[in-house]
Amino acid sequence: MSEQKLQSQTVQTTGHAWDGDLQEYNNPLPVWWVYTFYLTVIFAIVYWVIYPSWPFGKGWIGGLSNVTYVNSAGETRTHSWNTRALLMQDMNKAAVEQKPYFDKVAAMSYAQIAKDPDMNGFILSAGKALFSDNCAPCHQAGGQGVMGFFANLTDDDWLYGGSYDQIHASITNGRHGYMPTFSEVLAPGQIDQLANYVASLSGIGHDAAKAAAGDVLFHGEAAACYYCHGANAKGNTEIGSANLTDNIWLWANVPGADSAEGKVAAIRGVIASGLNRGVMPAWAGRLSPEQIKVLTVYVHELGGGQ
Amino acid sequence: MQTGLEEQLGLYQKRIPIFTRSVKGRFRRFKTTVLVLAYTIYFLLPWLPWSRLDAPSQAVLFDLPGRRFLIFGLTVYPQNVVWLALLLFIAAIFLFFVTGLVGRAFCGYFCFQTLWTDFFIWIEHKIQGERPARVRLYRQPWNREKLLKVGGTHVLWLLASFWTGLTFVAYYAYAPQLVLDFVTGQAAAVAYFTVGILTLTTYAAAGLMREQICTYVCPYGRFQSVMYEPETLAVHYDAKRGDAIHGRASPRAGQRTLAERHEKGLGDCVDCGLCVQVCPAGIDIRDGLQYKCISCGLCIDACNSIMDSFGYPRGLIRYDSEKNLAAAVPAAPRAEWKRLKTVGYGVALILMSGYLVYSIVTRGSYDRAVNQIRQPLYVVLSNGDIRNRYQVRITNKAAQDQTYEFSASGIPAGALDLGNFREITIKPGHSGLVQVSVHLTPEMAEHTRHFELIVSPRGKPGEARSETVRFDSPKASHD
Repeated sequence: MSEQKLQSQTVQTTGHAWDGDLQEYNNPLPVWWVYTFYLTVIFAIVYWVIYPSWPFGKGWIGGLSNVTYVNSAGETRTHSWNTRALLMQDMNKAAVEQKPYFDKVAAMSYAQIAKDPDMNGFILSAGKALFSDNCAPCHQAGGQGVMGFFANLTDDDWLYGGSYDQIHASITNGRHGYMPTFSEVLAPGQIDQLANYVASLSGIGHDAAKAAAGDVLFHGEAAACYYCHGANAKGNTEIGSANLTDNIWLWANVPGADSAEGKVAAIRGVIASGLNRGVMPAWAGRLSPEQIKVLTVYVHELGGGQ
Repeated sequence: MQTGLEEQLGLYQKRIPIFTRSVKGRFRRFKTTVLVLAYTIYFLLPWLPWSRLDAPSQAVLFDLPGRRFLIFGLTVYPQNVVWLALLLFIAAIFLFFVTGLVGRAFCGYFCFQTLWTDFFIWIEHKIQGERPARVRLYRQPWNREKLLKVGGTHVLWLLASFWTGLTFVAYYAYAPQLVLDFVTGQAAAVAYFTVGILTLTTYAAAGLMREQICTYVCPYGRFQSVMYEPETLAVHYDAKRGDAIHGRASPRAGQRTLAERHEKGLGDCVDCGLCVQVCPAGIDIRDGLQYKCISCGLCIDACNSIMDSFGYPRGLIRYDSEKNLAAAVPAAPRAEWKRLKTVGYGVALILMSGYLVYSIVTRGSYDRAVNQIRQPLYVVLSNGDIRNRYQVRITNKAAQDQTYEFSASGIPAGALDLGNFREITIKPGHSGLVQVSVHLTPEMAEHTRHFELIVSPRGKPGEARSETVRFDSPKASHD
């Protein structure tokens, strides 16, 4: 109440009277508001001077503040302030901090890295990041692969060998798995016999008579499976031919089939149509030798290696 | 008695300066003791040495870059955040407990706003003199004397504020090095920023704003009134005794002794106004209990000294409860704790403090986390065995290197594969990662749902801990 009274007594007018008695109230903005407004104006001008602000010609006015960073080629670059340069600065800082570790990786042998607990921690974290960025799109986040497409890296079967050197070679040069199409060479019955024989090798339900016939075909010249898979059918890591005697399947989705017939049919499918999709790109040139070395140890550890 | 009416003032009212008169008495002594004690601890604690193997030798160090708090022999890691939660809970309950019992004791004696304001008033008093001198100085025009005295006061306030800020920052870095770096301009930017902010806020809050912080800014002062009950002790003016029938009166001739005053129907209050002059909140306690009162007890000291000089009994202003004051014959004031709320707060306080102490005393020297690798959940090996993998992270919280060993129970010997690391040695305050894999035959895997993974620090058999870990297999995971 008292406040209202106070206001009505002290209310200002613009001082001008129209038609003798018509006056206009003057309600000025609160002082604190006005000064805050002036402050924002000053702030804006300071901001224009320091940061990129106005478009100018084909570019823009860069402002006084700069971001300096060293790019991957080791050249020092200075740009007017922008968030991409800040990112480059951050990335460069991280690379500098990681360098001692990567240098250590380059200097150490695989046997030494494997036994060093500090390096183990670095491999687990840096390797995971590298794997996620480069390998996970095909081999999946945990290295479990995709049946029929990309090899599972977490099991103990290695198409191209699981030693450090073999894994290193696979990553560096890439791989191309190939198996010819047998539907043009063999009759469907023969393919069925072969499929039953392959099923028998790893203890899957099969027709014994067909398997016996398949055995002859496998080791004979008509199908000549033993050329690549070996007389004992255990495969050859030199050319990446699969070990047919174990429980690991990449191309034929045997674990996914519920019945024995289904499992044999899956094998039959692979024999009939062959394979030309086991392609892994070469990573030399895309990744540094140290990064490949880190990945080698990481992948080796995923499946326990050989 | 309390009228419940407070002066209605405009929102943008100008501050009326308060010049408090100094006073002697029990409450003043208590406040001074608390102030000296609190300042001794606050300002000297960062300088207390404490030998450590792996950290700066500072007794209390909040090591933010190292993500740990070093408090004497105790190292607190982020994982111990529950201690902070408990501490906050205890602090809150303790505030409720004390406030329900004896009113705003925190505000009056322990709050840093009160302590720093008290200290700043003491500086002001030392330089500008007692209340009348300060009022005179305030009213006189600016001259050399006023400039020197007022300027000197502000300079000292700023210095005290600066040292307050610097001391605060000294808790977060090795104090001697920090102060050296600070002076030579080599300290971190955040140190300068924090000291600057704290200097300004301390100077503004304790020097310029003072009671306005308590009145307008602080939420605690306001919500503590919710905890007041009729039995709560608070600083009260005994209006029945002080005002009697015809009110207060000065002790002129003829109404000087108590007998004369009572005969005339006058109260015991001689209306000297000392209780108002000593009040740091600038209120008149005789208007009754009010939200601006921080319950510092200085008016009690002031009134008692006047009562003594007239030979009247003490306690015209005293700690008492509303209930007792309203009684026909007031009893001696005492803290009544036999109330549901007080007992409840007390029990909660004891339980939570006990839990905090128990949790700190029984803390382990390491942390462990066993995570099953879920991509893939299990792997079928070439011979048909099932393999699960786990990642174990160990954080060494002890002050020296420690080796940890791993074993398992509930699965056959040999099923646990630790790869290249049968054991791992971890530096103090660091973490280590170990990959563990377990492989079982399909028959075993079918009825193994869980097993125990045991982590044992070498040389500390009592601290071996086992953790129940899940084992997945094609059959089991379809359940």
